[in-house]
Amino acid sequence: MSRTWRHSVVTAAFIAAIVAVVVLNGRAAGSGLGAGETIHLAEVAHASGIDFVHQSPALDPKVNHIAAHIAALGACVSVADVNNDGWPDLYFTSSRFNAANALYLNQKDGTFRDMAAEAGVAAVNRAGEGVSMGAVWGDYDNDGFEDLLVYKWGYPQLFHNLGNGHFEDVTAQSGLRTWMNSNGAVWLDFDRDGLLDLYITGYFRSDIDFWHLTTTRIMQQSWDFASNGGKNLLFKNVGNGHFKDVTDSMGVGSTRWTLAAAAADFNDDGWPDLYLANDYGPEELFLNHEGKRFELARAGLEDDSKSGMAVAIGDVYNRGEHDVFVTNISEKGFLFQGNNLRLNFLKQLGRFDEVATGVVADAGWAWGAQFGDLNNDGMLDLFVANGFISADSTRDYWYAMSKIAGAQGNIFEDAKNWPPIGSASLSGFERSRVLLNRGEAGFVDVAPEAGVTDLLDGRGVAMADLFNRGLLDVVVANEKGRALVYKNTANPSHWIEFKLVGTRSNRSAIGAEVTAEIGPGRQRQVVDGGSGFCSQNDRRLHFGLGDQALGGVTIRWPSGTHQILNGLTIDQLYVITEPR
Amino acid sequence: MKGAAAIDPKYLIVFLITLVLVVGEARYHILGGYPRLATTLGICLATEALLSWWLRGRVANLASAYITGISLALLIKPQANILWPFALGAFIAIASKYVLTYRGRHLWNPSNFAIALLVLVAADSVAILSHQWGNDISTNLVIWAFGLVIAWRAKVLHVTLTYVACFVVFAVVRHFIVGGPLLTELAPITGPMYQLFVFFMVTDPRTTVSTKRGRIIVVAIVALVETLIRLAGDYQIALLRPFYVSPPILALAMVGPVALFLDLRRTARV
Repeated sequence: MSRTWRHSVVTAAFIAAIVAVVVLNGRAAGSGLGAGETIHLAEVAHASGIDFVHQSPALDPKVNHIAAHIAALGACVSVADVNNDGWPDLYFTSSRFNAANALYLNQKDGTFRDMAAEAGVAAVNRAGEGVSMGAVWGDYDNDGFEDLLVYKWGYPQLFHNLGNGHFEDVTAQSGLRTWMNSNGAVWLDFDRDGLLDLYITGYFRSDIDFWHLTTTRIMQQSWDFASNGGKNLLFKNVGNGHFKDVTDSMGVGSTRWTLAAAAADFNDDGWPDLYLANDYGPEELFLNHEGKRFELARAGLEDDSKSGMAVAIGDVYNRGEHDVFVTNISEKGFLFQGNNLRLNFLKQLGRFDEVATGVVADAGWAWGAQFGDLNNDGMLDLFVANGFISADSTRDYWYAMSKIAGAQGNIFEDAKNWPPIGSASLSGFERSRVLLNRGEAGFVDVAPEAGVTDLLDGRGVAMADLFNRGLLDVVVANEKGRALVYKNTANPSHWIEFKLVGTRSNRSAIGAEVTAEIGPGRQRQVVDGGSGFCSQNDRRLHFGLGDQALGGVTIRWPSGTHQILNGLTIDQLYVITEPR
Repeated sequence: MKGAAAIDPKYLIVFLITLVLVVGEARYHILGGYPRLATTLGICLATEALLSWWLRGRVANLASAYITGISLALLIKPQANILWPFALGAFIAIASKYVLTYRGRHLWNPSNFAIALLVLVAADSVAILSHQWGNDISTNLVIWAFGLVIAWRAKVLHVTLTYVACFVVFAVVRHFIVGGPLLTELAPITGPMYQLFVFFMVTDPRTTVSTKRGRIIVVAIVALVETLIRLAGDYQIALLRPFYVSPPILALAMVGPVALFLDLRRTARV
């Protein structure tokens, strides 16, 4: 073979490699779109009487140049049956002084009515007190009515549900009045004493008052390994409406920039653990050692530092495990952190395995996410809200931000060194993703076909069977935008739902687990004390069944009681009270 | 001392990039998984060995392929867990040395060519190392301490220092043109990509021009073109968006080969 001919062969291979790059890149750009799939959602917020619009906070002028970036948080939605009428109600937060939060009571006829002002949970955004960043419901005093914790950039507020449509602010006597810049909280009974405890996460440092800044050195000192965020706090419920800060003795005072937390028994030892999504840092799993202390686990999370935004818990392949989905950032050309879908192999291998690819990994700048069986086929699907700042669509902050993102920490952490964002967008106008779970065939994005096409800046996502039809609906709280209610309009298929009422355990049954045998698999779900990003799903657990047979159902109560139910009739809601 | 002085500068560069790899991985898990390193390094070394043997009749020294492999493993940050950018990038980088030649010299620094190509034609799949470095000055100080000594020993210190000086001057210029904090414009050079750029890419002796004066002029032009790309980013010139994800690397990819081509043609005439 002549040298010229050999050279031609190498040149051809070289060109073929470049062509392969183009082809493979094209597949990455357009991969995963599904057609003719089985999830159907219709946006009905306005028709349902929900016209809530979130307002962002106005901050100290010292950070005006990047206020649009810093203040792009606070749109939350939490679900609870506030008045025990058997219909889920919705609470939305706003984040500007004097803007009202909303409590939409379900009118049982497909509509909702805002009763926040009458109930006394509307006017919580006040100068000197701070602004709302989210809320979680939990019956902390076991009186049978769901109480409300509003976490803030400011003083958190605890509202006791009086059971008569009114709430009482009991923060002062609760021991919770500690200034925090928090973007997440979760109720859990970490010591299984039957009283709900509270974990509140810190994002910015707690010595920062965003309306009276004494320094501009408030930002993260690293994009990937920041540890100068606000300290997370664990409050033990000591009864009589009092909480005690046990953070240090329990070892859960992370100062990473925690944006979201969720609690579940990940390692099956009977005690609820804490999983944290940290911005500018690796995720953290704190394993609970019999309610006496938590220990930061080495579970394959520490090597994978990204920008965690939300923690969703779901049993992805009906293995009877709590798997985890954590949202992150992807932006074409600039940054591919990718969302994490971590399968739980803690018992077998002592770690989670990260398996996100394609549409699961790359959803844009992803925020809130939740698992739920949106087509009742027996597999948990994913809803992911996306988009950070949608402003001037012709201007983009990514390049400007890239100048500072790799800089040394002492430059990076000073807000005054950040380039002005002006009217630019930052990963704006991104659509939500509806990821249909096809089991071993993987997830496919069916959002456009499902009817989810909005381009608002999604934050909190919550799921609930809002209209008691045996179908999961999706509620999305949008930053500086109107809240959306996606009503599930899928063809009816079989399902079963459980509402759990604790007796020896906390009354809300937060932390209780239901494992349902569905066909050849078994799906495990946990009653939610707060999950996703600044959101909380309905307390009722929904299992889609498709055409598969329902086998036994096992309930594991936080008290440790196991309850096995057989021969249940499908297409029904069961209200199960814990055996005493 | 005599022994140390006799060490081929190429191996000092090998040492330096290995140091960057080890420090980056130990402190910040910069690789994102060992399959990435194994893929890139393996294909770089195999391609170099195979092509040099097949086209030139002998297996080439693999030191430069090693440097290219490590550089690509560190610089490529792909979507999710895909490996093909590492595999194809590695092959394209090394093959470019045998295909894109003029008068027996390859025109592009191999990793510079591969990275530039990937970010331009595969932006849906590939981003470049931007911040996975802990934003920690002590790491940079280690790299710079060794880097400056090795660049001096390799007789390319003037290239590194000229580039840094030009970057600083142009940063000040951009500050006055664009407004905003001066530190914002200076900040990029403290980032991780630049540590690889100033010590391994812009200084590559095989793809720089023949005279010291020429190298200084060329690297200044690279910094100038980089500034033009950065200004395009500041003024949001949409057509150039693919360029301003990685200004220095794309500036070198444009300026370097033209300069070398002209230099080779000039020296051939002489």
